[in-house]
Amino acid sequence: MSTSPILEVEALSLSTKSNQKLVQDVHFSLGRGESLGLVGESGSGKSLTLRSILGLLPSGVEQTGGSIRSDVSSAMVFQDPRGALDPLCTVVKQLAEVVYYRQKLSRKASRVAALELLELLGLPDSLKREDRYPSQLSGGQCQRVVIALALACKPGILLCDEPTTALDVTVQQQIIETITRLQRELGFAMVFVTHNLAIAATLCSKLCVMKQGRIVEHGDSLAILQNPQNPYTQMLINSVLPLPELEGSE
Amino acid sequence: MEPALQIQNVSVRYGDFTALDHIELKLQHHTTLGLVGESGSGKSTLARVIAGLITPDEGQMLLGNQTLKKKRSREQYKNIQMIFQNPDASLNPKHSIRQILAEALLFHRIVDRSQVEKRSRELLARVQLESKALDKYPHEFSGGQRQRIAIARAISVEPSLLIADEPTSALDVSVQLSVLELFNSLKRELNLTLLFISHDLGVIHAISDTVAVMRQGQLVEVSPKEQFFTRPESSYSRKLLSAVPKMPKSISSGGLYEPTL
Amino acid sequence: MKMIGTEPRLYEEHLNPTLMNRILKIPSLLVGGAMFAVLIILAVSIPFISPYDPSEQNLSAFLQPPSAEHWLGTDQLGRDLFTRLIYAARTDLSIMVLAEIVPFCMGILLGMLAGYYGKWVDKIISLITDTFIAFPFYLIVIIVAFASGAGERGIYITFMLVGWIVFARVVRGLSASYRKQEWVASAQTLGLPGIRIILRHLLPNVLPQAVVVLMTDMVGLLVAIVTLGYLGIGIAPPTPDWGTMISDGQSFITTAWWLSAVPGFAVVYTGIALSLVGDGLADLWRKK
Repeated sequence: MSTSPILEVEALSLSTKSNQKLVQDVHFSLGRGESLGLVGESGSGKSLTLRSILGLLPSGVEQTGGSIRSDVSSAMVFQDPRGALDPLCTVVKQLAEVVYYRQKLSRKASRVAALELLELLGLPDSLKREDRYPSQLSGGQCQRVVIALALACKPGILLCDEPTTALDVTVQQQIIETITRLQRELGFAMVFVTHNLAIAATLCSKLCVMKQGRIVEHGDSLAILQNPQNPYTQMLINSVLPLPELEGSE
Repeated sequence: MEPALQIQNVSVRYGDFTALDHIELKLQHHTTLGLVGESGSGKSTLARVIAGLITPDEGQMLLGNQTLKKKRSREQYKNIQMIFQNPDASLNPKHSIRQILAEALLFHRIVDRSQVEKRSRELLARVQLESKALDKYPHEFSGGQRQRIAIARAISVEPSLLIADEPTSALDVSVQLSVLELFNSLKRELNLTLLFISHDLGVIHAISDTVAVMRQGQLVEVSPKEQFFTRPESSYSRKLLSAVPKMPKSISSGGLYEPTL
Repeated sequence: MKMIGTEPRLYEEHLNPTLMNRILKIPSLLVGGAMFAVLIILAVSIPFISPYDPSEQNLSAFLQPPSAEHWLGTDQLGRDLFTRLIYAARTDLSIMVLAEIVPFCMGILLGMLAGYYGKWVDKIISLITDTFIAFPFYLIVIIVAFASGAGERGIYITFMLVGWIVFARVVRGLSASYRKQEWVASAQTLGLPGIRIILRHLLPNVLPQAVVVLMTDMVGLLVAIVTLGYLGIGIAPPTPDWGTMISDGQSFITTAWWLSAVPGFAVVYTGIALSLVGDGLADLWRKK
């Protein structure tokens, strides 16, 4: 697999200013091209952990211990696609701007690169002719734009904070397929935060289960699913309500 | 025996936009109808029309053999109660739990004033909350607890039809299961007819007897549960079912979606 | 019996502090409250503190500087300034409070009706609001004063005409946004009539913000009362009033500057106290 890890988080601790511990003693590492799932419920600290990798902690929360070492740049995809886009700026323009600043291309080249990215993300060709505002796009399309914005930074690691939770299930499926295809093509590593164990296990080969700021179980996804060591993990597995097999499906 | 609820040709329009398009639906007594749909399907609008919050532009509804008119009677309101999705906003932040339950009990004359306290305690016990909760205010409870309080209020007036609009969607998974079990047990104990709305097919499978699918204001399919999940009639239902993320059982060929080095 | 789902959310620092705990953490509320309390205590106890009558003239002791006998000195008619000051506080503050009562209640009610019912109710009430907003307060007061004579009556009448607007606007906005919340929908599915929902459900939620607006509004009203007194068309002498005191003391600005300055300072002091309390209340209720 990978040789040296491109992301190493050791003994990470985050607290509020009044010393309430939000995340305690979190360890994990990520190799080149690997995918790690951070699974937990609300209050587990998974989102904060993700944000701390980028240094994007909300005000009032600070890192009180541990270290985060990363050789490569990271970019983040957020949960609310419309919240992540400037509503007053058209999407191609937004994307071109990121390309311009991050890839240091000329304005014209940035626009070309932006359109290429949008095509890679599966967005309709009509955007090439007529740029649109985020409010004119669907939720799924907006999320694709957000992913494009993240990829425009050419990150070594894509950080995803529940990117499909706010989307319909069919759109969710498309976005997951898109992300997996892109990972195959571009080779970035990924940290995927979600409360849905099924999604995390499908996308990621390694999982960390978090509860109240701590990692309660970690390891290979399938191993955890088939043989969970921690009762909390077992509870999360049980909460994915099973569906009968659909006749006629592959 | 006539159905518990009949929806006949109900339409709701907002200007050009059709939220509900000639909906025809029947709910049988003491069954759970699971209503599924994606965003914009109109399922919440339908719930609100049934609950009397929105007046349809066309069509009518029958509760048992009574027509539900635009201005409902107190009795008709009593018989149809609703639980909403967002636990943070479902209880009046300035009312104590005691006030919330007492108001429902007294307005519909379920018990007289002297019995209110006792009945309130019983209701809380039924949703597995302590009596101490009566003195507290909504902000002192977690999301799951607030949903329970909302359920307690809804069942306090002894409705025959309970509508639940995505009641577990905003809750943590650890709490979801217990709230679902609560719905199931209450339905049995109180002989309720339940209309349960969710976008989560796993939840729908766990709780429904019949499944109805909505898409863009139209009813696409109504089928018994087992049939829906194994042999759905419409291709849209099939599309929804195949989109549900499943737990991987084994390593598929080629490894998980990571590029090999 | 086990409470299910009791884990408090990790970010919420103190889940259920008592009201006192929260009040003690807000400096503006403490300072403003203290300032106002001092004022009220003085106003209430002045008959017991001061041996003087505020209208008692003592022409042989006019324009005396502050001393042990007269803590703030005397004015041009030998009246004790401190006594007058505090009696004026009674006058001005009570008018301020009384004048607010009807507009406050009226404005809140109209705002809730407009915000809750929307549609034509809102249109009519908004039309009325927009019309009355155009009325200039001081101009009307002067006209009313000329029509019915100077004095507090003019203030009450005028304020009843225009004072309710600010409350109606704030409450209308709040009501319209609360109307969309599920707890209002729950009350509606219960079958509760609209008026009951407005008075029992909406009102407690709307009141805190209305009170905050009230505090600020009172400052403006106090200044108006004092200004009118200064102009001679407000409260009539010999009733002590900060405005008339300032106006009386004008002629002695060079020799006994404190005659005007002290009541002026009292107005500023009260204004600051009310503003701080308003800010503090806003903080208190926001944190919840």
